[in-house]
Amino acid sequence: MKLIGAEILCESLTRLGVREIFGYPGGAILPVYDALGKSKLHHVLVRHEQGATHMADGYARASGGIGVAMATSGPGATNMVTGIATAMMDSSPVVCITGQVSSKVLGSDAFQEIDITGITMPITKHNVVITKAEDIARTIREAFLIANSGRPGPVLVDITKDAQQAIAEFNWEASEPKLPPKRLRNNHDQAEFDRAVEMLNTAKRPIILAGHGIMVSGAMRAFEQFVRTGNYPVAMTLLGIGCFPADNALNLGMMGMHGEAWVNNAIQEADLLIAVGMRFDDRVTGDLRTYAKSARKIHIEIDRAEINKNVKVDAALVGDARDVLERLMPRIQTCDHSAWIRHVAELKGDSAVRDIQSLPDNGHLYAAHVINDIWKETRGEAIVVTDVGQHQMWEAQYYHHNRPRTLITSGGLGTMGFALPAAIGAKFAKPDSEVWVVVGDGGFQMTMCELATIVQEKINIKIAIINNGFLGMVRQWQEFFYDKRYVATPLVAPDFAALANAFGIRAERITKRAEVIPTIRSARESAETVLIDFRVEQEDSVYPMVAAGASLSDMIRRPNSPLVETATEP
Amino acid sequence: MQTLVAYVENKPGVLNRVSSLARRLAINIDSLTVGPTENEAIARMTIVAHTDERGAHRLEASLEKLVDVLLAENISTRALLERDLALIKVSADQQNRPHLMELIKVFRARVVDVAPESLIIEVSGAVDKIDGLLEVLRPFGVLEMARTGRISMTRGGDLLQPPVEESSGSELESTGSNVK
Repeated sequence: MKLIGAEILCESLTRLGVREIFGYPGGAILPVYDALGKSKLHHVLVRHEQGATHMADGYARASGGIGVAMATSGPGATNMVTGIATAMMDSSPVVCITGQVSSKVLGSDAFQEIDITGITMPITKHNVVITKAEDIARTIREAFLIANSGRPGPVLVDITKDAQQAIAEFNWEASEPKLPPKRLRNNHDQAEFDRAVEMLNTAKRPIILAGHGIMVSGAMRAFEQFVRTGNYPVAMTLLGIGCFPADNALNLGMMGMHGEAWVNNAIQEADLLIAVGMRFDDRVTGDLRTYAKSARKIHIEIDRAEINKNVKVDAALVGDARDVLERLMPRIQTCDHSAWIRHVAELKGDSAVRDIQSLPDNGHLYAAHVINDIWKETRGEAIVVTDVGQHQMWEAQYYHHNRPRTLITSGGLGTMGFALPAAIGAKFAKPDSEVWVVVGDGGFQMTMCELATIVQEKINIKIAIINNGFLGMVRQWQEFFYDKRYVATPLVAPDFAALANAFGIRAERITKRAEVIPTIRSARESAETVLIDFRVEQEDSVYPMVAAGASLSDMIRRPNSPLVETATEP
Repeated sequence: MQTLVAYVENKPGVLNRVSSLARRLAINIDSLTVGPTENEAIARMTIVAHTDERGAHRLEASLEKLVDVLLAENISTRALLERDLALIKVSADQQNRPHLMELIKVFRARVVDVAPESLIIEVSGAVDKIDGLLEVLRPFGVLEMARTGRISMTRGGDLLQPPVEESSGSELESTGSNVK
């Protein structure tokens, strides 16, 4: 069958199972848009190309499939950079398709020409320029294969306009991916494996560090069985949240900079760390010299480059988390770590967060209350998409996720402006799920233009703005480390409710605690998007906190001031 | 100093990806040589990097994550044959020429170009040998020098061959389909 390159692209995407494309048209991608109009693919018109990449990312994270973003050359492509880097840092399978000027003028500084493959080389898993129509089908298949295999990541495909317009033979069967042959590494070093088994079966104070890799490999069941057999307490990374039920007694909660004290203390006291699908990020370990000094370490990880990168380990099991766990299972003895688990429970002591619902109303509205109420009202079943900052940490602390892919957040890159567009992508991936955006007043203003996308697409998500009038996390650092010199953190915002109304979105403004639950309920009953502007306490802080570069044992604990105490610790 | 060998796709942009990766990992490259192999689709690189064993592991593993890199291996601790080639233009007049020729002989180097005021000397061998020759030539006046950078090969039966075409995509278990 003879088709033009643009048609080959649309036909290939359709055959690869793509339903939605998040994008923005322009000159160098116009042939593709013309072909899109004749295809069954649904194009979601974004308001900024950064939003397109975050939507594709949110789609990928919610579904486990591949999200597709599209933009034109030049500024369209460069606007994607932040979204691509976000996907790269969090191993999210996103395929970005950009238009490029005609191959005849490549390198001539033509209108809207930019070397986007050069720009995105360090922030993509792979990228490629296509200059011939006959290469499109095979290259797109390769891009999909690369994006979602091994450790996933973004792939950018840049297609010149002449390749989109040229006629070529389309033959799907003959367009099999042809990737360079790779050396098959022997990932199953028996001695290493035996050493890990010995450590697992002899540890007295083991703890699992559960990461995003468990979700990516679909290892939830194997992991749950592994935990049950070994009776290991489990600490979660931010991106690992959801891979193991929060209501399992062995789930301690999140570790690291804003992890609860008992989690970090348990890590510091452990004699064995079992890291699964996580990469010992500095936000997780704090000062490496004092990190888990008395523990031996096992690292189960698919990416060989992560082994011994930050933390030197005693046994590295390189491979897919599910494969490795399933191979370990028959060798694991049923362990009784009850004394250790009891000890960890005691570590909770008075720092355990009690039911903040039962706090007396002191006239203040705290973000933790709002998030905890959203959790209760949604029975923990919503997909929550957060931005970056204080609200993100409170969400991780107070919204308890029992299912994988229900917390979507920018962890590695920490991209403000991620939440709203990523939530739109998540809603397209899971149209029947309830999707909540939890976002600060700062991050919301970075990508709020996507409210128009919500209206145009007629989708139903709920937006909770945690509005404290500050760039809250930066303000918190200024409070703790810069003697309360609040430089450039007080933030003037528009009236978000009026703004939402102007877009044609229903909105509420909440200032009192008593209004929180009724407003959440009425928002949930609505079949349309509702935005709620929660005017919360301005100078509230996230506790506990390990200062950047400090030891995990050296936490800034919740202060005893009645005001802050009511916020997070009754 | 660590020595890595990499087999890569012989196509435009691959050198850029490799060097860009080293830059991103903040690893300084001392020398990097690329040349074709007996298979014209595959090029072989020898990378000598200023880093420790841990850095070399990270570079090796990160290189192998690049789609266009077929294999990367740190061979620093193995029995190696290393070669560097240099062309050295040194000033030579009637008086010192015989002395120069003697030194060249000792180092098993060759004179490949003779001019009234200068000679070009070709020398190949291990880095130390070339450095040694350079040291004794310096008093005569080194006018110009070009070095290839190191190429390395493991000795004897310790083979380092590119993976064959058969295993294409076999590490990628996904079908590449988005259908769930």
